[in-house]
Parts: sequence; structure tokens; C-alpha cells
Amino acid sequence: MTAALDQIAPFHPKSSPDYLPVDQLRQLQLQRLQQIVQHSYDNVPLFRKRMDKRSIAPSDIRTLEDIQLLPFTVKTDLRDEYPLGLLAVPMKDVVRLHASSGTTGKPIVVAYNQQDLGTWAEVMTRTFAACGLHAGDVVQNAYGYGLFTGGLGVHYGIESLGATVVPISGGNTTRQVMLMKDFGTTVICCTPSYFLRIIDKANEMGLDLKDFPIRAGVFGAEPWTDSMRRRIEQLTDIKAFDIYGLSEIIGPGVGCHCSAQEGLHIFEDHFYPEIIDPETCEPLPDGTEGELVLSTLSKQAMPMLRYRTRDITAIYTEECSCGRTIRRIRRIGRRSDDMFIIRGVNVFPSQIETALLNVEGTLPHYQIILTKHNDMDQIEVQVEVTSEHFSDTIGALERLRKKLSAAIAEIIGIRVNLRLVEPHTIQRSEGKAKRVIDKRAEAES
Amino acid sequence: MKIQQLSVFLENKPGQMAGVFDILGSNGVNIITMSTADTEQFGILRIITREWEKAKTVLEEGQFVVNLTPVVAIQVPHKPGGLSSILAIFQKQNINIEYMYAFPCAHTTEAVLIARFEDPDAAIKVVRESENFKALTEEDVFKEKKACEIQS
Ligand SMILES: [Zn+2]
Repeated sequence: MTAALDQIAPFHPKSSPDYLPVDQLRQLQLQRLQQIVQHSYDNVPLFRKRMDKRSIAPSDIRTLEDIQLLPFTVKTDLRDEYPLGLLAVPMKDVVRLHASSGTTGKPIVVAYNQQDLGTWAEVMTRTFAACGLHAGDVVQNAYGYGLFTGGLGVHYGIESLGATVVPISGGNTTRQVMLMKDFGTTVICCTPSYFLRIIDKANEMGLDLKDFPIRAGVFGAEPWTDSMRRRIEQLTDIKAFDIYGLSEIIGPGVGCHCSAQEGLHIFEDHFYPEIIDPETCEPLPDGTEGELVLSTLSKQAMPMLRYRTRDITAIYTEECSCGRTIRRIRRIGRRSDDMFIIRGVNVFPSQIETALLNVEGTLPHYQIILTKHNDMDQIEVQVEVTSEHFSDTIGALERLRKKLSAAIAEIIGIRVNLRLVEPHTIQRSEGKAKRVIDKRAEAES
Repeated sequence: MKIQQLSVFLENKPGQMAGVFDILGSNGVNIITMSTADTEQFGILRIITREWEKAKTVLEEGQFVVNLTPVVAIQVPHKPGGLSSILAIFQKQNINIEYMYAFPCAHTTEAVLIARFEDPDAAIKVVRESENFKALTEEDVFKEKKACEIQS
């Protein structure tokens, strides 16, 4: 079966760099790193200025470990250089621009030349191959098409794999279900929470996805849990795969699940991963938890050197049972930014996210509000009610409220006042909610 | 025999309820009956309307959380003791009512009880087997009670 498919597929997963012998892979990475550092130094004033300041020349990169000599790049650099200050090729060579929303202020712009689009299609092709897709699959792409990198990134990967893409984009859930049925969709790509809505809609229409030809889902672009993944698999009889990516690096296609569904392989021949201590910025060995830092090894239009993702994870030390030699990271659990201190305890919003995720499966919109009452810090967590978790009985909603606040208290060790709020009542700027509002400095009313 | 009830999540703050009825009114949705349940922080608005599909769509467009809940509509005699006798039947059969509300009809001697059961099918069976009560279809409720509609 597999052999026959390999013959008709234009893409041969086994001959991809996923399986390079490790020494060859390191050699390739070093060669590419040296080239990209030279290219960045020559063409991006910010990178040159920072390297000069540390008296680092591109020729100082002699081993892969020498990457540690390079300065970090952070999200605010992209904002400060808005729109195209980090461009490393002439604008006439740029063939695509995307923009992502920041939490505050200006958006982040990313650029691609022709070669970058080729790289992107390649890593997406390898993503889909790792998830077991092949020519003959009908892939419904329900990620949003537009400035967001998700839709088009996924689109070209499907075409390049030789499968059939249905570019339906997000929204119009009834039509999603109808086309899934009529086109015989075998794979869906969207956010996990949107797929839940599709499941609900199908049920409302009196249909069961178990009767459909769909056999796999490629889900990403928002945090979700393993238990959520298992629930989706149970409800629909499909395999649910997790993918990882960020616009600053390329979009979707940085890493993905394989058939083992244990951690996400990073396409490290293009994106070199490091783990650092987020406080001291010291590099940490594989197997240790810390912040993921990524360097693009081949991206031409907008290379990124040691980009701090703020995602907390660890690199697996064991080889994967699938045989890929490219390393894996643990599913992203929390982020290192936005820490606040309440009653002397350090709290990360990501810890609260973990609690909400554990209860609800996908992350609802939420906001943390810190106030002072009688000199005592108070913390309120507002959570938007979603259709999946809304019930018509007061008792069920009170149970949800108690479950959420107990899950948070268990993780952070502090009791919170949990308030259920209507959807879209938490203020968003640029599409994302501001996580923490600290009103403790304001006078008590 | 089950009919669709719209359940809407509301925060307990001024003007929230009016927002729902503004949307329904401006979209020409007539409400047959409704009830609310609330706590200090939030509430649930329950609505019975013939145009429940349209109502759900326009409320969701207005960014409310709306779920459909299957409820049972039971015709009971509109006189003292009418309600207690049906409740006695449910109690005897061990059928749990989550909540209920009722509306009388001005031009008949009947009232309609809307009830949410843990097991609506069991409840319907009991009502059917009873002598004085009738489980109403969507058509019954929406057609016969037209005169009872509240203009939203
Ligand atoms: Zn693997």
C-alpha cells in the first residue's frame, strides 16, 4: 500500500531531510548558519549594529555552538522596525507580505522572496507527509486566507504534496459540513476549537462525522491539550495532529507531529532550535525545560537570528520511533512573558491558561484583573463563555465556574474570583486580548 | 414532541436583557414566552419562539452565546390544582424537572407548561399515558398560541 502510494506521490517523505544522518544534518546546519549570518550582517542594519557592538564578525561562526555568540532578536524588534526595517533583500525581490497582529500597537510584518516561498511549501509538504497525507487526499483548508500566514502557508503545502486542496477558508460552518460530505474530504486543517464547532454543526444537521470519509485533522494556531486531542479522535474517528509555527519564523511549518504523536519534530535543517533559561538567557542542554529560541537557516527576505519565541518547552533527547532524525520539542505548555507577582507569589498568565485549558480543552478568551482591597491583593479572572461550555441551567454554569477556579487555585496556589462573562466583552487590541490588567496602583474607591 | 428553547447567557449588568430584545424586535422575531434565571454574577434567558432558527442566527451575529435546549410543552387545565396534579405524576414516576415556566392563554381555559427534563423522552411518555394532559408539538404551540405572542 505505502509503496504504491510512494510511486504516485510526487513527494517522497523518506528522501526528505527529515531522515538525514545526524552528522550530515549538523554539517548542513553549520553551512547554512554561516551563510545566513553573513547575509544578515551584510543586509540588515540592526543585526550588523548589534554584532559590531559585541565585536562579532560572521567569520567567528566556526561551529554550531558559536551561534551562542549572536545577540537575541525579540518580538519588539519587529515592531520597532515596522514595516520592513529587517528586510534583507531589495523590495523588488519580495513576492509576498504577511502581517500578524501584535498584542499591542503595530502589527508585525513578514516578507518572503521566491526561494522563501519554496522553503515554506517544502516544510509544509514535509509536515503533511509526517501526518500521513499523500496524493489522493482531499484536504479542506479552513484556516483563514489573507494577511494571516495560516491559510496560504497550508494551501501551498497541500498543492506541493500533490493532494487536492479545498480553499474554503474559515467560517460558514454549515457549508464546511456540506462540502466535507459532498467533496469526500479526507483531511481537515483548522484550529482545534473551530473543528469542535464543525462537529457540533454536523450534529445539529443530523450528521455524524464518523460516517464521512474524513480520516485526519491537522490542527494548530492556538494552544490545546492532549486530552482535547483524544476527545476529537473519539468523537470523529480521525487522527488529530498538532502543528507548530509562528509568523516571525515562517508561519505554519516550523514543526509538527508525526505518526507517533509524541512531541513535535522541528524542521531543523531550516529552523535551528535552542533552549535557554528565560531569566539568565544561558543555553540549556536538550532534555531541560526552558524558552525555545529559533534561528532561520535559509530564509532570505527576512532572516531571524536567535528569535526568542517566549514558548516554554524542552527538546527530547530520545530518538523518535518514526525514524526521523530531526529533533522533537515537547508540546508548548506555557509562555515566559507577562509574569506578575501577587501576595508575594510569582504567577505566569500561562499557568492560568494551563488551568483553563485543562478544564475546557481549548483556550477561552480570558483576562486577569489585579486590584487592591484593604491593602490586600485581589485577583479576578474573567473567562468568556463559549457555546461549547454554556448550559441552560444555573447549576451547570456554577459547576463550571467552580471547576475553573479550583483548577487555577491548584496550579498557582492562590484562590481567585472567577467571573464568567459574555463573548467579546474582553477588550482586544489587534485581535488579541490584553492578558493582565493591574489596577493595584490606582486609589481604592 | 420536544420543542426548541433558546438559552442565552447574560451577564448581570444593566441593559443586557434589553440588548437581546432589541435584536429580536428589529429582526421581527415574536416571542411566545420566556423566563429568566439568575445569580449575583450572571443569568440565563430562556425563550420560546416560532422563529428560533432566525433568532439564534441574529443573536449569535450580535455576539451572544445561544444554545438550543430541547424542552417539553404540556397543556394543563388553567385552574387551581392544574399544575400540582401533573407535578404529582412526575414525582410518582421519579422524573426530574430541571426547571419550568408556564403561560396561560387568554382565550382558552388551558395553560401551557414549558419544562426542561433530565430525560425528556420519559417525561413525554408519562404525559401521553396520563388522562388530563397533553404533550404539545411545535406546531401546536406555535399555531394555537398565536394570540398569546408577546410583541418584542
Ligand atoms: Zn517522529
